[in-house]
Amino acid sequence: MVYTQSPIAIGLFFTFVAFVLGLSFYLARRTSSAEGYYAAGGNIHWFTNGIAFAGDYLSAASFLGICGMIATAGYDGWMYSIGYLAGWIVALFLVAEPMKRLGKFTFTDALDSKFNSKAIQLTAAISTLLVSVFYLIPQMVGAGVLVQPLLGLPHWVGVCIVGVVVTIIVATAGMASTTYVQFFKGALLLIMSTVVVICVLVRGLSTDPVNNGAAYHDFKTLQATTALELSDPSYNVVAGLDSEFGKAGFVKLIKNGEESIWHLAQSASGYTLEETLYETHKADGTRLFNGSAKEDGKFFPVGHIKELKMDGQEVAATGAVGPLAYLSALKDSTIVLWGKKYIHDGADTITIFYQKPTPGSRVLRPGLKFKVDNATGLQKFNFISLMLALFCGTAALPHILIRYYTVPSQAAARKSTIVAIAAIGFFYVLTLFLGMGAMTNGVINLTDNNMSAPLLALSFGVVLFAVISSLAFATVLGTVSGLIVAASGAVAHDLMDNFLGMKMTDAGKVRAGKIAAIVVGCIAIYLGIVFEGMNVSFLVGWAFAVAASANLPAILMLLFWKKTTAKGVAASIMVGLFSSLGLILVSPDMWVRYGMLPGDAPVQFNSPALISIPASFIALVVVSLMTQKDVPVDATEAAGA
Amino acid sequence: MAHGPAVKLGKDNASGYKTKLGVMMFIVYTLIYAAFVGINATNPHLMQNIIFGQTAAVVWGFGLIGLALVLAVIYNNLCTKAEEKLND
Repeated sequence: MVYTQSPIAIGLFFTFVAFVLGLSFYLARRTSSAEGYYAAGGNIHWFTNGIAFAGDYLSAASFLGICGMIATAGYDGWMYSIGYLAGWIVALFLVAEPMKRLGKFTFTDALDSKFNSKAIQLTAAISTLLVSVFYLIPQMVGAGVLVQPLLGLPHWVGVCIVGVVVTIIVATAGMASTTYVQFFKGALLLIMSTVVVICVLVRGLSTDPVNNGAAYHDFKTLQATTALELSDPSYNVVAGLDSEFGKAGFVKLIKNGEESIWHLAQSASGYTLEETLYETHKADGTRLFNGSAKEDGKFFPVGHIKELKMDGQEVAATGAVGPLAYLSALKDSTIVLWGKKYIHDGADTITIFYQKPTPGSRVLRPGLKFKVDNATGLQKFNFISLMLALFCGTAALPHILIRYYTVPSQAAARKSTIVAIAAIGFFYVLTLFLGMGAMTNGVINLTDNNMSAPLLALSFGVVLFAVISSLAFATVLGTVSGLIVAASGAVAHDLMDNFLGMKMTDAGKVRAGKIAAIVVGCIAIYLGIVFEGMNVSFLVGWAFAVAASANLPAILMLLFWKKTTAKGVAASIMVGLFSSLGLILVSPDMWVRYGMLPGDAPVQFNSPALISIPASFIALVVVSLMTQKDVPVDATEAAGA
Repeated sequence: MAHGPAVKLGKDNASGYKTKLGVMMFIVYTLIYAAFVGINATNPHLMQNIIFGQTAAVVWGFGLIGLALVLAVIYNNLCTKAEEKLND
């Protein structure tokens, strides 16, 4: 797709950046102590902290990734929303108040509160750094994805802008500026997402979507005999049934010198040919879209309803509808989804996107992305493992846990978590409508579904697109700020101050934190550029698996098992960390990235949580039982039990 | 080295009650979430059934999100009452 930059979008973006930088410099004057820098002085109001939680948590993966996944795979994308939200139950009921009671600046503080163990300080700091970096990469990549339609700048510029702005935010006022940036971003995200959903409902559903005044591309259909004699003689067959295309269920045609690829479907008289979209990766690295350069605009946005039913009647458009009527109409209709196949044509690799009309009731239940229908045991294992990682990951994310240190009391920690559940739960309900809206309004860019939510907004006009795109950028700013605070705390507080025992004054601790933030910011920029083109949801799912495996067993056992020892905690973190990372590195998804076939991967599942979380628990229990002489007398006070 | 909280916290006599309540509510929600995941993994066709005019999957999804908020509010009310009673 070709994007046109909007002065409004550019103006809004720079206004927001100027606002957050001004806020950071203002708050920097009030941030001179370590408490102020790492925990915003512990005086943030619970409501502010709750919305800041939402601003911290609702990352590019939630706003861009989930909406994009719902837009192309329906309910399976929403499973992420459900799993992410459920994870807050673990945070509220088990972790929130003890974390507030035990910790000071970092997640490591809480784990080490009763042990004063070098092993815990080192392993928990390493875990914090690795999880934060895993989480940072997709955010930075998301920034690069956004900057192209928003500012017309290349990917690396977007990554650098976010990296520099966020590093300034964190290095000036630490957690104080981060909290208010996240608060404003969280509040704006909820408000503007609601506005877009209202627009979607007011527009209703139609079989002929209109995208910001532009008509939807009319995907053509041809009839052919079994010998491929075409109903339209102006087309000639270039690659027929015996070619690589034909074997995959496609044919390549030519008309007036322009080639096109068509999907074959059996019909009574032979075949029905349906127009496809395709992307060609040439051997020299060139990419063509429907046979032309991207700028030619031949790769159309997609997403439409084939057969629309409302209250049992087939209609062309529903008009304005309520949220439940909207979903009900979708359920009764037939929606055109898009399948994807890869074909090697000489030295070129061609990705073909073809229409797959699907009943709405099928779209609104799991199984289009996750293989759960007639699934093998391994496929079921993979699905359950992912849902376990989402459930357990939230309460183990270091950048989320450190928000508990910014409020004044345990009750405030609890209340802010409830505000977060309300805000995040509401947003995740909206994601279903945003994603389904994109699916049926002709806005999806099949080569990058991450842009579905902003492009849905664009279908209502450039102003809404400008606001949503700027907000998406702010989303990245808010989350990356939190991650850099967590990572800089791990370096300056956990490693330099505690583990290495470097004696620093209060001002020295703040300075160390700021320097660490700058270094982590530079690393984040580098990784964001290196990982260009990666799906923003991809590593977030893994970050959850790693966090859930490395951190959650240690947190829970510290709180609820009296025999937990420092060595048990350290062993649990290391086993969880390296088993999850190791399984990820030999998974089918990574095998593809190494340029090999996924079927050749040593393990045949992508989500490691169902193995690595139990392994981490077992390591803690076994090592703790072996080192019982190390149990501190008051270790179980941690649990409040 | 100082690991304690960034702000001074008073003694919380209600913490034992709150921990037990939290664990109980966690178990309730976890069982329902596990049932949702289990049905999806073993018999996803059930999620296509129509309940209240929507697919069962949509009803489960809204239900899980709504239940999280309802349990959270109940938990907060019970915890607040316990704190008022035991910490006076």
